[in-house]
Amino acid sequence: MSELTGTAQLARDILRRDRVRIAVWTLSIAGLVVVTAASVQGLFPTQADLDKAAAAETSAAAIVLNGPPYGLDTVGGQVAYQVGVWGMVAVALMTLLMFTRNTRAEEESGRLDLVRATVVGRHAQSTAALIIVGGINLLVGTVVALANIAYGLPVVGSLVFGAGFTVLGLIFAGVTAITTQVTENSRVANGLAGMVLGLAFALRAIGDVNDGTLSWLSPIGLVQKSRPYAGDVWWPLAIGLALAGVLTLVAGRLASHRDLGAGLVPPRPGPAVGGRLLTRPVGLALRLQRGTLIAWAVGLFATGVAYGSIVDQLDDLLGDNQSAKDLIAQAGGVSIQDSYLATTMLVLALIATGYAIQSALRLRTEENAGRVEPLLATPTSRDRWVGSHLVMSFLGGALVLAAGGLGMGLTVGLITGDMGEVPRLLGASLVYVPAMWLLAGIAIALFGLAPRASLAAWAGIAFCFVIGMFGQLLSLPQWLIDLSPYQRTPQVPAADLTFGALAVIAAVAVALTAAGMVGFRHRDLA
Amino acid sequence: MTTAIRASGLVKTFGSTRALDGLDLSVATGEVHGFLGPNGAGKTTTIRILLGLLRADSGDVELLGGDPWRDAVELHQHIAYVPGDVNLWPKLTGGETIDLFGRLRGDLDPRRRDELIERFELDPTKRARTYSKGNRQKVALVAGLSSDAELLLLDEPTSGLDPLMEVVFQDVVREIRAEGRTVLLSSHILAQVEALCDRVSIIRAGRTVESGTLTDLRHLTRTSITAETVRAPSGLDKLAGVHDLQVQDSRAHFDVDTDHLDAALRHLTELGVRSLSSQPPTLEELFLRHYGDELAHEPERAGLAAGDGHE
Repeated sequence: MSELTGTAQLARDILRRDRVRIAVWTLSIAGLVVVTAASVQGLFPTQADLDKAAAAETSAAAIVLNGPPYGLDTVGGQVAYQVGVWGMVAVALMTLLMFTRNTRAEEESGRLDLVRATVVGRHAQSTAALIIVGGINLLVGTVVALANIAYGLPVVGSLVFGAGFTVLGLIFAGVTAITTQVTENSRVANGLAGMVLGLAFALRAIGDVNDGTLSWLSPIGLVQKSRPYAGDVWWPLAIGLALAGVLTLVAGRLASHRDLGAGLVPPRPGPAVGGRLLTRPVGLALRLQRGTLIAWAVGLFATGVAYGSIVDQLDDLLGDNQSAKDLIAQAGGVSIQDSYLATTMLVLALIATGYAIQSALRLRTEENAGRVEPLLATPTSRDRWVGSHLVMSFLGGALVLAAGGLGMGLTVGLITGDMGEVPRLLGASLVYVPAMWLLAGIAIALFGLAPRASLAAWAGIAFCFVIGMFGQLLSLPQWLIDLSPYQRTPQVPAADLTFGALAVIAAVAVALTAAGMVGFRHRDLA
Repeated sequence: MTTAIRASGLVKTFGSTRALDGLDLSVATGEVHGFLGPNGAGKTTTIRILLGLLRADSGDVELLGGDPWRDAVELHQHIAYVPGDVNLWPKLTGGETIDLFGRLRGDLDPRRRDELIERFELDPTKRARTYSKGNRQKVALVAGLSSDAELLLLDEPTSGLDPLMEVVFQDVVREIRAEGRTVLLSSHILAQVEALCDRVSIIRAGRTVESGTLTDLRHLTRTSITAETVRAPSGLDKLAGVHDLQVQDSRAHFDVDTDHLDAALRHLTELGVRSLSSQPPTLEELFLRHYGDELAHEPERAGLAAGDGHE
């Protein structure tokens, strides 16, 4: 009987519960790397293309987004540069979500009380979660390394690159092990770990555009110092591994000094009476979704700024590479800037739609949690309640989208000195509002008519994303491409604004929403 | 006497499960009506139909003169509801939750709210995620009981409360009855039902098996008698309605059906009574007998039910 009794059994349980999640994360991250490797070889077919790109691609904005430009005259170096940072961000997100889910979230739900009442040691659950998360990171690193080796990239570089993903994941497992000790709320624990990730990204971004010293303080920057395919230095990874070990030990010490269910920071008391928001259903919906809405709006604004910031370097970035220019300027006769802005606007719109769908599906979350029943026992009609979250999804979604357009417009305006870009790009973002409403409308229709299939609403955005990003590349049939409302939406500013298609999309959105509301009016509550 | 709730022949199925199987329920205006039954008997399903959250497959139901499904919103202006399984928004405090429900009902009375918060010893500044089960229950109780609704639907409202809070709850319900308001109290706690309810409906497997005042129902049960007599107690075993007779010298102990109590006492006085103690039937016994007997005869009943199906 020790503090670790039962760890093996608990680890098996986690593996069983999360096997689909683990497979999806691993394949997605490995897939991201493979697709990047393929597109790099497509963009730069000859060594001459690579040399040109290496000479051109050193703009500050690109370094902010991708990291230090090591070995850009090799395919491996390009792959590491294009996907390294974002792959690591994905690994960190996977790690923190998976770890919190199996530790603090279990504890918060009270399920861990049951587990700990059996013959199970104090640290068994967190150790089991650490073993599984560590195992996944090892798996991701291995799959990525093997995929790159299979792609014909240098073996040692591929191993360093894959090991970097693993080490970064282990560091974030340690970070999350600490944040899950600090607070008793799993969402706050995720948020704190996410803030560390954001800080790590920012530190290395600032470091990389300067002399690189500051980057050493960031886990991402540290791992990038291993220079895969461009020197292959192992010892920064050893430092990272040691850091992961220290963080984990600190978390263990913290865990030994607290009660089950408690955090290190005691919760603060809140207001004893309801504020003005809590007088109507829509106020409640706003109160419940406010934090999420603000986070998404800020995130989209930042993404818009990031995309906008490289607008003046587009020509430099692409150099004389005609195939890359062709790829972006699929529509002929449009300036490369406008073509770029239209493409990135589509990306912003797809991301913002993620908020709209999440917000609409809040209906189902609330119903499943049993919190709708007492609300509908008051003189609140079903339509009013659905409407309250609908406002958050539709108007909130438009707000998130506008934040992205505003971020991009302000940045482009400041760079080009033409503040007319602000209303132009803000308007360009809002063109996607009907398409976004249509996808949120699918979520509401499912909620009302086939509530158990509500989560299938995410398939809509996945479909539109694949069509939007890879439709031309995969030469999909035109009728399939036309099914996506985002393809039917005029690609402003690269195309002229017309209202015919927008009106049809909006009408479909309204019809889907109405169908969902009528369906909910006539069905039993879960 | 007007009727606040009238339901007859209610049927509700979930897939292959028949949650309600011809349930009848009648609650008079101004009474506290106990709604008793074992787990899974259909109490919560009935209340969810009364709230218009579920639609009955068949049967008639009327609530405050309206149709609970069709007129849900209008009816809810006169109803307060306390669920048994309390689910709150984790980030809202208890006080915010109570105010939200009061305002949505349109009858928030800050004085009444503060009074109940005080009586139930609830800390309204804590976030719901940090409340224990008992405290979550208190939030729902204060939210529901602070309303001036004419009908209160309480679904096992005190399952997480300690005995002190149980007393407070009973006081508040008595005050509500004194104001002439109606309460439907679904409960497992028989002492609570005995203390509060004017009339009781007992349901089992989705069907009403017993309904009436507590006095009515006591007729269905047995009084427990212990007597010491001058002459040796004999002949008791020949009396109708006497059960579980134990005789030891001059002492006799037995249970007697309430209908035959008079004859049994007459017999005892003829033997010359030295001492006598009697225990009135508790609802507990009624309940246990009802379900105990039925559970004991379960195979037989199952056979009968199958026979019914062929008629």
